[in-house]
Amino acid sequence: MSADSSATGTDSMTVSGSVSTAGSISVMTEDAPTTWTGSLRHKWMRTLPPDKMLPERQPAYVTSWIYVFGMATIVSLILVLGSGAILTLGGVEWFHTSSLGRFVNSLHFWSVQLFFLFMIVHLWGKFWMAAWRGKRAMTWMTGAVAFLASVGTAFTGYVITTNFNAQWIAFESKDVMNAVGLGAIFNVADLGQMILLHVCLLPAGLGLIVIMHVLLVRKHGVVPPLEALDPDAQKAQVA
Amino acid sequence: MSTKHEAKADLDTRPWTGPTRHYDILKEGAIALVIVTVLTVGLAALFSSPDDAQLTFKGWAQSSPDTMYTAAVSELAGSSESAGYGPPYNNNSDGLSVGPIALQKWAGVTHPFDAAQDLVIAPLESQQQPADVAAALATWKAATADQQAAWAEAYDTALADAEGDAAKAAEGDYGPVPALATGLVAMGASGAYDGAILSRGSFFTTDYTKQLLFMGDGGYMEDKAVAANLGGDTWGMMNEAGSWPGQSWLAFASVWYQLPMFNTEGNVLTDNADAIIFFILVVLCLIMILVPFIPGLRSLPRWIPLHRLVWKQYYKENGRA
Repeated sequence: MSADSSATGTDSMTVSGSVSTAGSISVMTEDAPTTWTGSLRHKWMRTLPPDKMLPERQPAYVTSWIYVFGMATIVSLILVLGSGAILTLGGVEWFHTSSLGRFVNSLHFWSVQLFFLFMIVHLWGKFWMAAWRGKRAMTWMTGAVAFLASVGTAFTGYVITTNFNAQWIAFESKDVMNAVGLGAIFNVADLGQMILLHVCLLPAGLGLIVIMHVLLVRKHGVVPPLEALDPDAQKAQVA
Repeated sequence: MSTKHEAKADLDTRPWTGPTRHYDILKEGAIALVIVTVLTVGLAALFSSPDDAQLTFKGWAQSSPDTMYTAAVSELAGSSESAGYGPPYNNNSDGLSVGPIALQKWAGVTHPFDAAQDLVIAPLESQQQPADVAAALATWKAATADQQAAWAEAYDTALADAEGDAAKAAEGDYGPVPALATGLVAMGASGAYDGAILSRGSFFTTDYTKQLLFMGDGGYMEDKAVAANLGGDTWGMMNEAGSWPGQSWLAFASVWYQLPMFNTEGNVLTDNADAIIFFILVVLCLIMILVPFIPGLRSLPRWIPLHRLVWKQYYKENGRA
C-alpha cells in the first residue's frame, strides 16, 4: 500500500507509506524517489509537468500562420500512417487491381505529398526564426533528422509500388547505393527487404524521432522573437 | 559575448514572462486533422495516383526483339553494363571511387551475379527448348571459357558494327551464340522468361536484382523512362511518370546531376558522379543538422530579417529591440 503526493505533478517533498514486516504502517518523508519507476516519474514531472505538456496559454507572439505548419505536419503524418496501415492489409499489388485499393493508395500518395509540403514550410519557417536559440539546438536537430528519415521512408515506399516507376527508381538508385558500398547491405531490388524497411523499421524510427522532437518543443517552449524586448525590463520600466 | 547578447540569450532560455494568449493544442490538432483529411480525400478523389504498368520481358521481346537479342549477346560476351558492373555483383571492375576512397570495392561482392549464366544460360536450361536451341546450349556448355568468349565477343562486335541488326551482321564463326540469343528472345516473347528469371528454382523469392539488371542493359527501360521525362539529366527520380507530383523533396540531390561537370561523358567526375554526389549530400545533411553550431549560417536569420514578417503583430504591439 502506498500513497504518493508526487502524483500531483509538483516537485514538493513526497510522503509515502509502506507496510512493515510486522504489519504496521510506517510513514516517512523523502526527497528523492527510491525506485526506478519513481525516479522516472520524478524526472518526467520535473522536465515536463502537465502545464508544459498540455498548455492552455502560450506567449503572445505565437500568432503567425507559420506556427500551424508544425501541427499540419503531424496530422498529415497520422494520415500517412493510417492510409499506409490499410494498404498493408491489401499488399503491395492491391492497388493495381482494386478500385478501393487505388483510392487508399491515392490517400497515401497525397498525404505523403502534403506531409512533405507542410514539413518543408515548417523547416524553413523555423530556420528564419532561428528556432534553435535558447538551448533548443536538439529540437532543431531532431527536426532535421526527422526530415531526412522521412526522405528515406518515402524513397522505400516508391520502390515497393511494383509498377514501372518502382522498376526505374530501383534501377537508378542502385547505382548511388552501390557507389558508396551501401548496396552491399541495402538492396533496392530486393522487394522483401524494402517492404520491411518501409512498413516497419523506418516508420518506427521516424515515429520515435518525431515524438522526441515534439517533447523537446514542449519542454523548451516556443522560441521568443529574435528582436523581442525583455518583458521583465519593460515591466520594471513601467513600475 | 556582449552584455546585450547575454541578456538576449537569457531571454531565449528562461521561461517566458511576457504577455500570453489563450491556446488549445488539442483543438488546434483536431481542426488541423479535419482540414488535412478533407484536403487528402479531395486530392485523392480528384486526381487519383500514378500507376504505370510494370515492364515485362514478354513486352520487351514483343515490342523490341532486336534490342533484347543484342542485350542477350552482350551478356554472353560480358560487354553489357551489368556484366562489367563490379561490386556488389561481380569483380569485373572496381566500381566508383572518390580519390583513394573506394567504398564500392571495399564493400565486396555480396550479391554474386554471372551475366551469361544467370541471364541467358540458366533461364534457357530451365525450360524445354526447340532442338536447335537445345543443341546450341549443349555446344556452349561443352566449350572452354576461352572458346565461349571468342564466339560471343566476335558476334557482339559484328552486331555493334551492324547497329544491332542481326540480318546485317558480317559472316563469322559465332558458334552457338546466335541460336542462344534467338532462343532467349523466343522465350521472352512467350512470357516464359519472366517466370524463369523470377523463380530460378525457388518456391519463395522477393529479390528481383537479376531481372532488373537485364532489363536495364537493353535500353528498353531507359527509352521508356526518358520518354516519360525520368532521365537522370532531367531531374530523374524526382519526377513521376505522368502529370503527378514526384519526389520533389529529392531536389537537393537531383540538382547536382544537372550540372555539366556531373553529366558530361568522358569526364572523371561524371564517371564517379554517384559516389561524389553522395558525399556532397552527406556533407549537406550534416550542415543542415548542425546549423545551430555553424557560425555565419546560424546568423543568417539575423542578417536577413524575414522573422519580422512572422512576428509582425507582436513587434507592432510590444516593440522591437
